[in-house]
Amino acid sequence: MYNILVGGAAGQGIDTTVANLEVLLKKAGYYVFTIRDFMSRVRGGHNFCMIRFGNEMITSHSNQVDGMIALDDDTVELHKKNLKEDGFILCDTKLSTTDAKAIKLNMNGMAKELGNFRVSGSIAIGAILKLFGIGMDHVEETMKTLVKEAYLDMNLKAVKLGFDSVETRYSISNGNFKDWMVISGSKSLALGAIAAGVNFYSAYPMSPSTAIMEYLASKSVEADFVVEQAEDEIAAINMAIGASYAGARAMTGTSGGGFCLKVEALGLSGIAEIPLVAVDVQRPGPATGLPTRTEQSDLKFVISAAQGEFPRMVIALKNHKDAFYQTIRAFDIAEKYQIPVILLSDQYLGDSTATVEPFDLSNIKVSEPSKGEYQEGEYLRYQLTESGISPRLIPGKSRNFVSADSDEHDERGFITESADVRNQMMDKRMKKLDLLRKELLEPEFLGEVNCEILLIGWGSTYGPIAEAVHTLNKAEPGKYGALSFGDVYPLPTKVLKEKASKAKQIINIEQNATGQLKDLIREQTGILCTSSILKYDGRQISGEEIVERVRKGGQK
Amino acid sequence: MCEFKTYETAWCPGCGNFSILQCLKTALEELGKDPYEVLMVGGIGQAAKTPQYISANSFCGLHGRSLPAAVAAKITNEKLTVIVDTGDGDSYGEGGNHFIHNIRRNVDITHFVHDNQIYGLTKGQASPTTSEGQITGVQVTGSVNTPLNPVLMAIAAGAGFVARAFSGDTKHLTEIMKQAISYPGYAIVDILQPCISFNKVNTYAYYKSRVYHLEEDYDPSNKLEAMQRAMEFDDRIPIGVLYQEQKQTFHQKNIVLAGREPLVDRIRDNSVINNLIKEFV
Repeated sequence: MYNILVGGAAGQGIDTTVANLEVLLKKAGYYVFTIRDFMSRVRGGHNFCMIRFGNEMITSHSNQVDGMIALDDDTVELHKKNLKEDGFILCDTKLSTTDAKAIKLNMNGMAKELGNFRVSGSIAIGAILKLFGIGMDHVEETMKTLVKEAYLDMNLKAVKLGFDSVETRYSISNGNFKDWMVISGSKSLALGAIAAGVNFYSAYPMSPSTAIMEYLASKSVEADFVVEQAEDEIAAINMAIGASYAGARAMTGTSGGGFCLKVEALGLSGIAEIPLVAVDVQRPGPATGLPTRTEQSDLKFVISAAQGEFPRMVIALKNHKDAFYQTIRAFDIAEKYQIPVILLSDQYLGDSTATVEPFDLSNIKVSEPSKGEYQEGEYLRYQLTESGISPRLIPGKSRNFVSADSDEHDERGFITESADVRNQMMDKRMKKLDLLRKELLEPEFLGEVNCEILLIGWGSTYGPIAEAVHTLNKAEPGKYGALSFGDVYPLPTKVLKEKASKAKQIINIEQNATGQLKDLIREQTGILCTSSILKYDGRQISGEEIVERVRKGGQK
Repeated sequence: MCEFKTYETAWCPGCGNFSILQCLKTALEELGKDPYEVLMVGGIGQAAKTPQYISANSFCGLHGRSLPAAVAAKITNEKLTVIVDTGDGDSYGEGGNHFIHNIRRNVDITHFVHDNQIYGLTKGQASPTTSEGQITGVQVTGSVNTPLNPVLMAIAAGAGFVARAFSGDTKHLTEIMKQAISYPGYAIVDILQPCISFNKVNTYAYYKSRVYHLEEDYDPSNKLEAMQRAMEFDDRIPIGVLYQEQKQTFHQKNIVLAGREPLVDRIRDNSVINNLIKEFV
């Protein structure tokens, strides 16, 4: 397994180089996992990506770097401390570094000679392939899918030039991942929405959620749905609710700040019983926080956002595969229970790319939304039923009137202030949670069944925790286990209670400052975590960092 | 087929809303609308209760947010006749941003603003259209803000159908409502309406003595003239269609929607998703 860092200023083409390199590596059979660490600016500053690749599955990034492609001197200065003893710095001759690890190539000069300075990225790619002993066989075919035809020849020459400029230093046997996908978390989520039959997506641009809207917009004609950029987040969610009421499968997405604006409408979805999928791609707060970085600090907020009480579900996405399948499930649950379902992603998951087995639709049954048929007698939109779920019709699709009301209402959907009706309607709505609890997914257990030390996490820390448990158990066999929660609200507690009763220590690992899941677990089960590993600097915790901090015992 | 029933309301006796509701019923019936294909949308406020008082589909959402929900419902199913009935606070105050941007969006919906120049449901505070100097329970020394001119603003923002009407002139109001509902695109009618409980300035008599019908030869396609007439809001207030222009609707402009069956009736083809998945392999 190797780890390559590509760094430079915003606008230097890091994105393109990395996107091409990761696909070329995957096409050579390797598993690829890439994280993106960007500043909130369009030009200048320092941005970097780290591509970790190997012939087995990789679930976490690593801060130990085997080699870097440095597009500027800052990259060398900032990251040489993470470079391994035998690592390399691939850079242009114009860089001032005198580091012995530097491999200086006249990349800009060569690119200029080829006719376009932008192909210097492809020269670097060629050099990387050669350094790691990866052949050129697949390059032409793959580059065809990555580069516009007019620039193909130039880029192929550039890769060849880079390839011929260095000697092979490493050797790594190919993996079997050639036919898998390379996809970001946000695109996986968006693709899940398309697979679930989304008809309508409304959002207001906000990092790091915009990638979802961009991908959906780019496929809206081909896949036949509407993407509308709303005038603000309040409009975005009210539009999604209006569309859903009229029979669309609707989703809205944003980050924490935008979610704050949407909160009142979340309650509208709850009381009016209109299905809604709402995505929060978390970033550090409060207010505007660190706009392009990662955090898991919206958990307590989204499980209780909006005044009053109503049933809702919150699903935290664990990884790229999960983002696809859980998004489909979110649509189905929203539809089935006529509730808002919140998907919690974050910048780390949303912007990182991973290698994933191609999504398989054959085992997925996407439920068809009910359009309704004529009902004899008066149709009661909010009919009191055993399950709490009332028959839902779509306006204009039957000879019945369909009402929706944000005030407390009677079975017909007309405003009421009756104490009895209020009680009946509250009970009816909240009762839906009883059914929902029966289909919750228990947290995934990783590691040794009879572990002494139980790690607990949720959402995107899944991968780093999985790597950490593996590493820890290698050194101390049988000692470590972990529970990673996807469904976080309502909180599934069965497996948690079972595992917690046997463990000597329970350590919660979260990307926030207060241990929000730890608090929720205590509230719902009385189970106390014995110590915490918390991180809130906007950078995702790696498997290595978890190992190190677990060995120190975490914070009491 | 096209009979609309109205129900018992919670409005104050003498409220201008009654005649607006009656005109709406008549307009819908005279247009031959099928009640099951009509969607009434309201936000929050006295006027916003209108959807609950007429036999049609109804969506009563949040304060200020009637427009986003209404346009999205129309985008989803263009066979629905979507009508927003809501007040001046809902439309121009809390919902001001949606007002501006839905003019730009030009989805084919109708927006009837019951403009009584006061907040009624919350018992008499200044609304965006309350006159400068008017004393209320909150603006105790008189409102210091310049009142918004919604019709002028709508014309300036590019609305294709802008009208002003008066709840006390029901024959005229019904006619304007019919034109607005029939107009293909976003149509706004600012309906002057007395609030007998909380606005002692803009009374029935106040409006009655000021409103006049736009002349028969008035040309609603002349934007500058329309803006001039829109600014007439003092001793004399013109009512009628101030401005009208044919514009492409959202459905006509949106490539996914244009000339196709409603979004709600479309069936997803799984092969499209499989192709999208392949793009990542």
